[in-house]
This record gives sequence, C-alpha cells and structure tokens, in this order.
Amino acid sequence: MVKLRKEILISPEEMRAAYCGALVEEARKNEKIVSLDCDLSNSCGTKGFKAAFPDRAFNLGIQEQNACAMAGGLARVGMVPFLHTFAAFASRRICDQIFMSCTYAGQNVKIVGCDSGVSAAFNGGTHMAFEDVGILRVMPHVTIVEPSDPVMMRSVVRQVAETDGVFYLRMPRKTVYDLYEPGSEFTVGRAETIREGSDVTIIATGMEVRHALQAAEMLAGEGVSVRVVDMFTIKPIDAQCIRKCAAETGAVVTCENESIIGGLGSAVAEVLVESDPVPMERIGVQDEFGEVGSQSYLEERFGLTAPFIAEKVKRVLKRKKL
Amino acid sequence: MVQNFDKIRRLSADIRIETTKAIGAAGFGHIGGAASIADVLAVLYGGMMRIDPKNPDWPDRDWMILSKGHCGPALYAALALAGYFPMEWLETINKPGTRLPSHADCRKTPGIDMSTGSLGQGISSAAGIALANRLQGRSSWTYCIVGDGETNEGEVWEACEAANHLALDHFIVFVDWNKKQLDGRLEDICKPMDLEAKFRAFGFDTATVKGYDAEAIWNAVEAAKTVQGKPHCILLDTIKGLGVPLAEAEEFNHYLTFGPEEARKSCEEIERRFQEGTYPGGDFKW
Repeated sequence: MVKLRKEILISPEEMRAAYCGALVEEARKNEKIVSLDCDLSNSCGTKGFKAAFPDRAFNLGIQEQNACAMAGGLARVGMVPFLHTFAAFASRRICDQIFMSCTYAGQNVKIVGCDSGVSAAFNGGTHMAFEDVGILRVMPHVTIVEPSDPVMMRSVVRQVAETDGVFYLRMPRKTVYDLYEPGSEFTVGRAETIREGSDVTIIATGMEVRHALQAAEMLAGEGVSVRVVDMFTIKPIDAQCIRKCAAETGAVVTCENESIIGGLGSAVAEVLVESDPVPMERIGVQDEFGEVGSQSYLEERFGLTAPFIAEKVKRVLKRKKL
Repeated sequence: MVQNFDKIRRLSADIRIETTKAIGAAGFGHIGGAASIADVLAVLYGGMMRIDPKNPDWPDRDWMILSKGHCGPALYAALALAGYFPMEWLETINKPGTRLPSHADCRKTPGIDMSTGSLGQGISSAAGIALANRLQGRSSWTYCIVGDGETNEGEVWEACEAANHLALDHFIVFVDWNKKQLDGRLEDICKPMDLEAKFRAFGFDTATVKGYDAEAIWNAVEAAKTVQGKPHCILLDTIKGLGVPLAEAEEFNHYLTFGPEEARKSCEEIERRFQEGTYPGGDFKW
C-alpha cells in the first residue's frame, strides 16, 4: 500500500542515513551481508554499518576495481556484499568488474552509487554521473533502482538484500523530500501511479518525482489533467504500466536526473516504439557534461525543475493534438 | 605426508597431452600459457587441494581461481582427469553450446570456481573468496594462478594491497613467470621489474621455484602454509609452451593454430619424453 503525503517537505533524514539504517536492519536479519567501502564511507554514510557490525565492514581504500571483483568473490562463497562509492565510480570506473566478476559470473552483488546526477553538486563535472544508468542498463541481469524518498528506500533496500542478483542502487546522499507516508511498501519492478490524470503521463524517477508532482499541480491550474508515475525500477522497466499510461493518456513525458541517452527516457521510449507509440518528450540532461554548482542551480541549469517539465508537457500535448 | 611425485608428474604429462588434443580438436587456442601451468595444476589437483570432484560445490573445499582465464583448456584437462566431468567434454572446447569455453566460466563448468578472462580481476575475486571463507570460519585454502603479463594490470596490485591489509594467510598466489605475453617478451612490452621483490614489498610471503618441478612446487606450498599472518606468492620460473613440442617450436606461442594431426604428433612426443624421463628445454628431468 502506497500513500503519498499531503504536504511534501524536506526530509529531516538525509538519504544516506535512510539507506544505512535500512542496510543495518537487513544485516541484523542476514549475517551474510557485508559492507565494502572505497575510502568514501563518510560520504556514502555507511559508518553506522561499521559501528553496528565492525567485523562485516571492509574499507578497502581507493581501489574500486579490486573492491568490485572482490565482491564477486565474496558472493561466490555466499556472502551478500554491498559496495559503496560515488555513482561516477560505481559505473564508469568499474563497469568491466561489474560485468565480468558480478553479472557475467552470476553473483549476488549489490552496487550502491551515491551522489547521483546533479546531486554531486560542488564536486562538479568530474564526479557528476549522468551516464551511470546507461552504462549499467546494457549489462544483462542487472536490476537498477532509484528510490525517491526515505520511506521507499527502506522498502527497496529490503528487497535488494533479499533478492538474488546484481543490483545497482543510485541515490543522492543528502537532502531529499518526504514523498510517502511511513509504512508505504513498494515492489521492485512495479511502478507506482501516485497521481491520477487523463491528458498526459509524467514518468519520473528519483528526485525528479517531486518536480513531476509540482509540475502536475501547476498544470492542474491550467486545466491539464496529469498522471504521475514513480518509475523507481529503471530495469527491468514496468512495460505494462507504460503501455497502459500511453493508451489511457495518449502522451508521455519522462523525467530523470541523468542523461536522456541510455537512462529512463530511453527505456520508456524502447517500450513505446515496440507497442503503440504516442508522442513523448524527455526531461533530463541533453548530452552534456556536469559542472560545479549548488544542486538547485544545477537543476535549473539542466532543465530538471517543474517549470521545464510543464513546458515539455505542453509541447507533447500539442503533438498529441496533431 | 609422503607424496608420490611420480603420480603427479604423470598427471602433468597427461594435462599437457589432453590440453594439446583438446586445442587441436578446436583448431586453435592459448597453448603457450596452458603448457607452462600444467605442473602447478598437477600439484594442486593431484593431491594438494582438498576437493571432491563428485561434489564440486562442497562448502569446505579448497578453491582455485585461474586469473589468467584464457588458459581454461589446461584447467579443463586437469578437472576432467580429476573426475569433475567426462573426458569426452574436452573435445567440445569452443564448439557451439559447449560447457568448456576458451575462458573459464563458473556458470558453465563443474569445478570452475570463478569466471575469469578480463585480466586482473581473478586475483581480486580470489581475495574475496579467501576473505569469505575466513568470515565463515572455514580453514579452506584459496589458490590463484596469475599470468606474469597479467601483472601489467593495476588491479593485481590493488588486490595485493587488500590481501596484505586483511592478512589473508590462507591465500596462495602463483605467478606463471614464463617471461612472455601476447605481443612479445615482458621485458620488451612493459618491464615487470623484480616480481618477487614487488610481491614482497606488498607484504607477501614469497618464494621462487622452477615452475616445471612438481616436487619443488609442492614443497613451496607446504612451506607457505606454515607462514601465518600474510598472503603468499610463489613465482613459477618457467618457459612459455614448455613440454608441448609444437609450442616449443614457436618463439611466440601465446595462441597457435593447429589441427588434430599436429596435436597427435606432439602428444606422442610428450609421452615418449615422459617414458624416457627427459624434460625438454629445462634442467629438470621427469
């Protein structure tokens, strides 16, 4: 049961705290869970795991490639390793290790990339992963999830821990908004329609879900009925939900905090072109590098906020009428 | 334990024979580096490792990760000879639908402990396996064979740092020091410097032995097992292609194309030399 909050406010809990709390809870139930860090445990927020389970936390230093292939080895003997680093390193830096020693080898490894997209903020373009989902999405048998708030994080981490296979979880580490009432439960692989509407569907993921809801509210004032879907599982994508939304609303806008090439927008487009295509627009980074700035500046800079989404919705509605 | 080294030497000849036959049946393959690890495989699968070929997933077994995964055919020969799967499988190497692909694959082959082939990763995975066994309270040994050319990969040294930091003392790394890599001699491609000194600098207990001397390899492993608190590296000083005449005939034998008839002739020569007790190209006799 998923219930949206009446008022959406900044969460008192940072996303990394929600993540670590959820992981510690799972680790209490499953003694095979171990945490691997690459000298970023302060940033990724996993110190709480080390405090709770000092013998199951391994900070391997600045060596992501070894850490990832070691995770494959740990999993081969039945451990459940969670590897933490920035999203840029969790994808670009170790993509061959994820491929070869994790998914090709059929191992139960969990990769967690924090500082997703513009949330890398003042670390700037070098650290700003817009391509992580694209890199991971082409690898067979990798499940990609991007929880949009702390309540969802708890629900998703539990499933990541309990489900065999390679998972990639991307998240901002600090400020997020509370979207869902405590106790809401989600199912990995099944999108949630969190606002009903009949003219157009906005399919969003991660921090873009809040902006999508804001855009829907703005457009409601103009007489546009907008459906909003939280597509927190990017792979395998909920094709049934996409097809249903396309059939019922006749237009789709995707919103993602990453490159529109290879990410959510691509995944949704792939589903649509193989069923009954409807006009579609994509909010996301338009084949650009990241840059330094506050998250709010970068959200504007890359056109990720509600006014940009509302514009895209109007554009897609014009195409729908043609 | 008194070891029957005659039996292990017989096994190393058989690994060379079966590997040569299998690659000959495929028509091509990585014969050079397969030949140079035949003796260490004979030691491991001929008595050193705690294994049960009828129960390849036995949790309390010892583990062996072939980080230089392209030499899968030599390992397949060792596994078949040890009884993991029927000998007939060896002739299916690289054929459509085979369970024996050119690079080692733990999802396809009984007895393969980790998928390898992208160099540098197998030693990391092996360190993870050694750590997992320790976490689970097992006394299992984890063995790993790394190519000398493979040590070009930075990840090898990341793995060594981690193995040292974690004091993985049930972890034994063999380096197949055959002096050649795909494109030529290590000295010409990317100088390896003093490999034993490098491993020692990374905190390993180290030894160098003749890589084709089964008794020396066995004794080095036994000696390594007495050293606690650090990982181990045994450098196998050897020659690429050693013991397989058709490979010995080529200066650069990383990957050769040959058919069943050439394979047959080489296998006869391997058997003849074994019966004679002579070992080609080296100072050691069978």
